[in-house]
Amino acid sequence: MMAVAATVETILVVGGGISGMTAALEAAETGKQVVLVEQRPYLGGRVTQLYKYFPKLCFPTCGLEINQRRTKQNPHLTVLTLAQVTGLTGAVGDYTATIKLAPRYVNERCTACGDCATAVETEFDDEYNYGLSKRKGAYLPYRMAHPARYVLDPAIIGTADAEKAKAACKYDAIDLEMREETLELRCGAVIWATGWQPYDAAKIQPYGYDRFANVITSVEFERLADVNGPTGGKIVRPSDGKEAKKIAFIQCAGSRDRNHLLHCSRICCMASMKQATYVIDAFAEQAEINIYYIDLRSIDRFEDFYTKVRANKNIKFIKSKPSSIVADKDGNPVVHGVDTEGYNRYAEPHDLVVLAVGMEPAVNQNDFPLALKINREGFIEAAPENGGVFAAGCAADALDVNRSAQHATGAALRAIQVINRVARAEV
Amino acid sequence: MGDMSKNYRLNFLKEVEANVEEGEWVKMCMQCGVCSGSCPLGKFWNHPPQEIFMMIRAGKREEVLTSNAMWMCTSCYNCIVRCPRELPITHIMHGLAHYAKRLGLIPQQQPTAKFAQLFWNNLSNKGRVNELKLGVKLYFMNGIGEGFKTSLKMKDIGMGMMKTKRMNPLEIVGGHGLEDIKGFQAMLKKAQELEDQRIATPRP
Ligand SMILES: Cc1cc2nc3c(=O)[nH]c(=O)nc-3n(C[C@H](O)[C@H](O)[C@H](O)COP(=O)(O)OP(=O)(O)OC[C@H]3O[C@@H](n4cnc5c(N)ncnc54)[C@H](O)[C@@H]3O)c2cc1C
Ligand code: SF4
Ligand code: SF4
Ligand code: SF4
Ligand code: SF4
Repeated sequence: MMAVAATVETILVVGGGISGMTAALEAAETGKQVVLVEQRPYLGGRVTQLYKYFPKLCFPTCGLEINQRRTKQNPHLTVLTLAQVTGLTGAVGDYTATIKLAPRYVNERCTACGDCATAVETEFDDEYNYGLSKRKGAYLPYRMAHPARYVLDPAIIGTADAEKAKAACKYDAIDLEMREETLELRCGAVIWATGWQPYDAAKIQPYGYDRFANVITSVEFERLADVNGPTGGKIVRPSDGKEAKKIAFIQCAGSRDRNHLLHCSRICCMASMKQATYVIDAFAEQAEINIYYIDLRSIDRFEDFYTKVRANKNIKFIKSKPSSIVADKDGNPVVHGVDTEGYNRYAEPHDLVVLAVGMEPAVNQNDFPLALKINREGFIEAAPENGGVFAAGCAADALDVNRSAQHATGAALRAIQVINRVARAEV
Repeated sequence: MGDMSKNYRLNFLKEVEANVEEGEWVKMCMQCGVCSGSCPLGKFWNHPPQEIFMMIRAGKREEVLTSNAMWMCTSCYNCIVRCPRELPITHIMHGLAHYAKRLGLIPQQQPTAKFAQLFWNNLSNKGRVNELKLGVKLYFMNGIGEGFKTSLKMKDIGMGMMKTKRMNPLEIVGGHGLEDIKGFQAMLKKAQELEDQRIATPRP
């Protein structure tokens, strides 16, 4: 049984994405006790699946590395992975959280040598690559995973693969007897940083995400462009592996739409412009990019990035929300619509269409373990009735990394104030 | 029927909001273009819905009210189900057609408008649609020559319908109707009065 020491002076952080990590580290580095609970087998959340960051086009690995090092060095921070908060009771200054820990089947002796992965056979869709590639049943979730420890897929437990993995491990790191555990923790304040998930593109029926192989989402495109991704960074289309040089980006796919998500997801205009630069980097003069948009939202300091992208004559901006996509006989997705500047009807074939899908809250409104003030978009509002629970990052709104980190620091500060009050009262 | 439009000369959007069914939605349009692209008939019109809504805001009163766009709408509802702002586009289009008719601004020889009038005259006469008369009127809508040509073309279908008792040739003289035709017509008159009253009362 896992033991985690926690008191009413502990801060519980739920979700270990960039927001949760930031909040946890900021609080722990002031000397507060922090427990960080992450449901994936590793920290970092969705930014680990991005190729580059706008606006500087730097790699997320750099910031993640720094945060990972801070995490390892801090004595006040306990990280629980494969963990979920299933219950939360109490009030500000004194909460009890119930945490469910799923078995990893691999203990801390793992050196990430990879022998177990070589030994096993069954393959599964790789969730890290949004199913664009396969992984083994014994796997490192991604190259830079922290903790740098392998995981066994629960589906291989009880099969020959599990025994093969165990037999292959020279370090006695595989423990097939691990079981799900539940533990209870006390804490004085909670930072809720469960982040976002891509809106289900198949629900946008006229775009045919579920019908056409060459209509993909923006999150999948990040994986395609990544040199460490499923295609080694080659921008090719799923149907036939042909290089995708002519690409349409469709903005507001699911956002700003009363049939889907009410809100503007705020980052997707910038994300598509960033992704357009990936295509230019890959194909230079041969790249042909059409960005279909309602309005372009590259606000304040992002304006410069927009101006730079706009100056590239291979990137066209078409003011129009396409009405539908159909596939021609060669599998090329053809984008149909009427543009707003002239009301011209178009039917434009492309190699690939990328849907700039919206960000929706990862936790459904009805699934919070405690009553919180949730707005109509499903994000957590800052409200006194939330007591000692503070939202951080994309659990509170659709935000980019910079704003998520700022927001998370704010949440950390609020949680610290609660703990300071509790501590004073206890003296 | 009073012409309220004088009050709005300087602001056609306000005029539409006050006089056109669901007109208050026009300002909610964000010009995304989904409706225009989704309209199966859009390519046959002067102006797709998105453009009509922009023209209303731009104060292009004559162009909007004499456009054939709203007469071409088939009520397929493609636009409504896809509009990200949930504008009742179909209803606005019909509302505009209705308003244009009230103002006597229907485009000349507009076939949908003509057919709508034929249908109404036919129905309001006896409270039942007389399909034979309506069909004949429709065939001859654009002149005698074309009427005979269409009639000949449709001859076999007509004969078949008669054989299977789907159409009664005697309908051409008199034809079936409601029992209480007087009562029905009184109802229509009352409805027209109420409608006139509604139109004459400015909306808040
Ligand atoms: C296509 C695309 C491209 C983008 N590109 C950029 C960019 O270039 N630059 C930029 O600044 N931003 C970019 N963003 C935005 C960026 O991804 C977000 O700002 C960032 O991921 C927010 O981090 P977060 O920690 O709030 O949420 P997340 O990354 O979603 O992290 C939340 C974490 O919480 C965990 N979790 C969820 N539910 C639970 C639960 N119940 N219990 C325990 N743990 C849970 C998740 O597993 C996850 O690890 C992009 C977004 C998209 C869609
Ligand atoms: S579990 Fe064992 S075999 Fe697998 S990576 Fe870790 S140390 Fe290597
Ligand atoms: S950021 Fe751009 S693409 Fe994303 S929802 Fe807002 S306007 Fe649409
Ligand atoms: S779909 Fe709706 S919001 Fe978009 S242009 Fe048409 S009416 Fe306006
Ligand atoms: S309801 Fe009318 S305007 Fe709307 S798509 Fe159909 S035909 Fe076009």
